[in-house]
Amino acid sequence: MDALLLHRLHFAFTVTYHYLFPQLTMGLALLMVVMKLIAFRTGNDRWNQASRFWAKIFAINFILGVVTGIPMEFQFGTNWSEFARRTGGVIGQPLAMEGVFAFFLESTFLGLFLFGEKRLSKLAHFGAAFMVFLGSWISGFFIIVTDAWMQHPVAYHLLPNNTYEVSSFWQFMLNPWAWIQYAHNMCGAVVTASFVVASTGAFYLLEKSNEEFGRLFLKIGVIAGLVSCVIQIFPTGDFHGRYVAKYQPAAIAGMEGLFRTQKGAPVVLIGQPDENAQKIDNPVPINDVLSFLLYGTTSAEVKGLNDFPPDQRPEPLPLLYYSYHIMAGLGTWFLLLMLVAAIMLWRGKLYSARWILWPILLSFPLPYVANAAGWMTAEIGRQPWLVYGLIRTAEGYSIHVSAGNALFTLLGFLGMYSVLSILWIVLVYRFIRTGPAAAAVALPEPEPATLTTV
Amino acid sequence: MGFVWFWIVAVMIAAYVVLDGFDLGVGILSPFLGRAEDARRTLYRSIGPVWDGNEVWLLAGGGTLFFAFPLLYASSFSGFYLPLMIVLWLLIMRGASIELRMHIDHEVWRSFFDGLFFVASALLAIFFGAALANVIRGVPLGADNYFFLPLWTNWRVGPEPGILDWYTVIGGVVALVALATHGALWLVLKAPGELEARARNAASALWVALLVVTLISLPATIAVRPSALDNYEAHKILYAIPALVVATLIGILSFTKQRKPLAAFLSSCFYLVFMLVGAAVGLYPTLLPSSSDPARNITIATALAGPHSLHVGLIWWSLGLILALAYFIVSYRLFRGKVTAEAGYGH
Ligand code: HDD
Ligand code: HEM
Ligand code: HEM
Repeated sequence: MDALLLHRLHFAFTVTYHYLFPQLTMGLALLMVVMKLIAFRTGNDRWNQASRFWAKIFAINFILGVVTGIPMEFQFGTNWSEFARRTGGVIGQPLAMEGVFAFFLESTFLGLFLFGEKRLSKLAHFGAAFMVFLGSWISGFFIIVTDAWMQHPVAYHLLPNNTYEVSSFWQFMLNPWAWIQYAHNMCGAVVTASFVVASTGAFYLLEKSNEEFGRLFLKIGVIAGLVSCVIQIFPTGDFHGRYVAKYQPAAIAGMEGLFRTQKGAPVVLIGQPDENAQKIDNPVPINDVLSFLLYGTTSAEVKGLNDFPPDQRPEPLPLLYYSYHIMAGLGTWFLLLMLVAAIMLWRGKLYSARWILWPILLSFPLPYVANAAGWMTAEIGRQPWLVYGLIRTAEGYSIHVSAGNALFTLLGFLGMYSVLSILWIVLVYRFIRTGPAAAAVALPEPEPATLTTV
Repeated sequence: MGFVWFWIVAVMIAAYVVLDGFDLGVGILSPFLGRAEDARRTLYRSIGPVWDGNEVWLLAGGGTLFFAFPLLYASSFSGFYLPLMIVLWLLIMRGASIELRMHIDHEVWRSFFDGLFFVASALLAIFFGAALANVIRGVPLGADNYFFLPLWTNWRVGPEPGILDWYTVIGGVVALVALATHGALWLVLKAPGELEARARNAASALWVALLVVTLISLPATIAVRPSALDNYEAHKILYAIPALVVATLIGILSFTKQRKPLAAFLSSCFYLVFMLVGAAVGLYPTLLPSSSDPARNITIATALAGPHSLHVGLIWWSLGLILALAYFIVSYRLFRGKVTAEAGYGH
């Protein structure tokens, strides 16, 4: 295997794994703030207990986010040294800011939030929860600014030693691509958390234990889920698509599997791209829709892959195509499911309707899939560029780190992360088994006092 | 600008060593001081709410290094590829062991994580010490500013060094002993009763070892890199730094004897700071020396990022640091005082 491929796999694997945790952290942080807010307003202590229960799962998840996040920060140097050398003056900035502004905030207030309930006033404790939320969302922002600059570089200039620096700090932070990507991505995190919370609620109702909490979880999960699923598709997903069409036309062609330039281009719902024959097998197309979605008129011309020089086409194409279709397909499923669930909730029938509780229970892994697929779409769509239009991926990796060394550490991460996954599943399952009622009673003393134990 | 950012990065690294140093030290001492489950719980509790925040200094310091000196970040991180990856694995194992240990109340589960906590803490201390020693000794930088070091070659300081040779092993041992001492002094401060007494005995015993390894490391450094003395010779006042190292060493011992745990712990903090500052002064303005040809040294001038970035950086960095300090004061105040095994935090 060649070194470039291994370095790509190394980064892709570790970041995809890392992102399994922050997406829940960020979404759940918001939902916990909402739960505490409801408790505050209604005086119903059940909501406090609910937020305490989720705080435990949050804490475990947070720690795994931290330990898997640390390697990310270092991999720009270890595996992508040439990229790091040339762009450090730009992307080093948000990465350092993330540490200084977000991680300190999060790590401090998480401690206060978890141990401070006895010691702080109600308002101060709510404040701590809010700060944890703020910290995790700021952290997400700086990462997205970094990624958005790679997708759509702005506000830079080239120095004599062939490295880049920021020419305007504010233009860099206000990169429109970053804000759209941020909105879509954070919304995706809320989708994950909503599904996890709703699914736990459905589980309790189906097994007829902790039913009071099951109803609370379902209620908040379904409402937050519906709102976030709508926003996920419109306006954020739609806008994101138009941006990609404008600035990365080859990526859009690849995502849609559009080989030939055409007016009134179709959206293909299902079908298998065949690169050699330049066509989609077994397509289920809807004509004109793509042109309309991207440019607002059904007759607009969309450029196909064939009209890009071979060294500008995203690779591997089928993976790009499937990633995008999986994301959009799941997005549609989420919306339908949450819409039905919300109607049932509104009519007061949700809690006893097993036929809808089951799909809610089973759907909790799907937002993880959709988020990973969305990222793969973005990152493969960017190929062959590492920084779009400026640096090619093949120019960015650490040439002095051999394929053998890269494979060695990739295998190491695979092994270590497999073990972490098992531990995570065992522990979260135990929390859910123990249930929120027990969690609420067991609170008083912060017995064993590390971050993850309330 | 280069001067300012050099010292900003140095200060952040020093902050990391001083802060995460004591929880690494607690890990190194855990099998010796925490035989009974009660004592072990107290050990974990003494660092529980703060270890993660301490580790953030590593991330923030790394990020700042990346931003201010991209070439140094790129060259050193890819050149020290394997040891850095091992450090990352150790950090993962250590974080997981601190946080997961208490969740299942079973002897085997807990023992497993106790073992992991000890091994990861001790190896991390050794790796950090060896890393600093590598930077002082120099690495075989190529014409393109990059290098790649295997873990070991023939254990000699020569033109083809490995990460580990006799000199860097000394660096690792210094760090191991220094952080163990630091951790013991933290425990004297935080632990109650019998554990406090045992931590005090450990600190006194470790002190002798610390004195010995510190005294060995100084001439060894000069032997490996004679040019480390250049700045000191140019500005004789800088010889105050090694003198302060000795003074803090004396402080550790005498304050421990006088039962002034806070003063003893602070002496240990300053011992670490002055050791690092001493090394930084020896290097300045070089960031990463070449082991063969001084013309290939990575210096502040060659590695510095663009002026505009650095200018803006100074503004947000100052702001961020003020905030970070404020959080630290809040959190250490809330969790001040002795910890116990049974109840929550004292007071
Ligand atoms: C729950 C997760 C989720 C769901 C249901 C969707 N997305 Fe998404 N999408 C993401 C999660 C995501 C993401 C993980 O957040 C991405 C990856 C990069 C980014 O910033 O957001 C993303 C990227 C992303 C991109 C950018 C790709 C690129 O940069 O090349 C587009 C065009 C869309 N999405 C469009 C959609 C549409 C039209 C959806 C409607 C069905 C949709 N997404 C549902
Ligand atoms: C959690 C979200 C992310 C996921 C799932 C993800 C996924 C991927 C994937 C699949 C690749 C491999 C693409 C290929 O080689 O074909 C990749 C590459 C890469 N990504 Fe991301 N990415 C994420 C976020 C980010 C962010 C936030 C950054 C920047 C700060 C980033 C920087 C990179 C770099 C430097 C590479 C290697 C170069 C390349 O192959 O283009 N990624 N990522
Ligand atoms: C979309 C992609 C990413 C998002 C939204 C994201 C967000 C977050 C968040 C919210 C946390 C807090 C801890 C947690 O949630 O569990 C975190 C942890 C972390 N992330 Fe990521 N991250 C992403 C990808 C990356 C990448 C590419 C890097 C590398 C630069 C990175 C570096 C880190 C680090 C170092 C931590 C540990 C911080 C701590 O000690 O709290 N993340 N990430």
